[in-house]
Amino acid sequence: MSTKSVLIINRTPPYGSSSPREALDIALTCSIFEQPVSLLFLGAGIFQLLNNQNTESIEQKNLESIMSSLPMYDIDQLYTTKSSLQAYDLTVEDLCLPVQIIDDTSVASLINDHETVLTF
Amino acid sequence: MKFSIVVQSSPFSSQAPATALRFAKALLEQGHELYRVFFYADGTLIANNLITPPQDERDLPEAWAEFKKQNGLDIVVCIAAAVKRGVIDENEARRYEKENSNLHPEFELSGLGQLAEAIAVSDRVITFGGQ
Repeated sequence: MSTKSVLIINRTPPYGSSSPREALDIALTCSIFEQPVSLLFLGAGIFQLLNNQNTESIEQKNLESIMSSLPMYDIDQLYTTKSSLQAYDLTVEDLCLPVQIIDDTSVASLINDHETVLTF
Repeated sequence: MKFSIVVQSSPFSSQAPATALRFAKALLEQGHELYRVFFYADGTLIANNLITPPQDERDLPEAWAEFKKQNGLDIVVCIAAAVKRGVIDENEARRYEKENSNLHPEFELSGLGQLAEAIAVSDRVITFGGQ
């Protein structure tokens, strides 16, 4: 099977909709099928990467524990933008995984560098 | 060119599954190949055979089913996303000990691997109903 590089763009916060889980399921599956996967977190999507997520009180599965399995699936190309972090007053210290910070203007070239782009 | 289509949103709260169908028809008319249509997330609701739209509204699941039949298309409904939304075939009904199944006979449940394979094989993957 040929391989296609896949970029998954995440723009929704970790809870409140099923989008983040559904995006992660695709990321993990594509990786199992040996397609290189990158994840881009934009806007409120950056909250998906927050460390110390505690979901007990909302009775939801903890996204952080799924996120932390990404390196085991060889998914280590994670991106966000400077403006996404700034908008919510976050720094890399607040995040549970190492992430590459790019300028807004570099988003277009990141998209361009991938053969398939899926948005959630 | 070889296309695949991903539909992510519900046939009644979103226009995306209808737009996806128009897009699919247009690309076949222009001589392109439609490798696979993958219904994911709320998009899987399209395969519920119990859907009964008001008489003066378009029956979108039937329109998709008809389009599939006419063109012999490969249409896959994500099994994990469908089952948790109550769209199940006879196998899943047996597995989960449900009395009824409701998958439209023109649709087929399968795994996310079908999407991964479609991505690998297609020249273009177009998403409808994403964020």
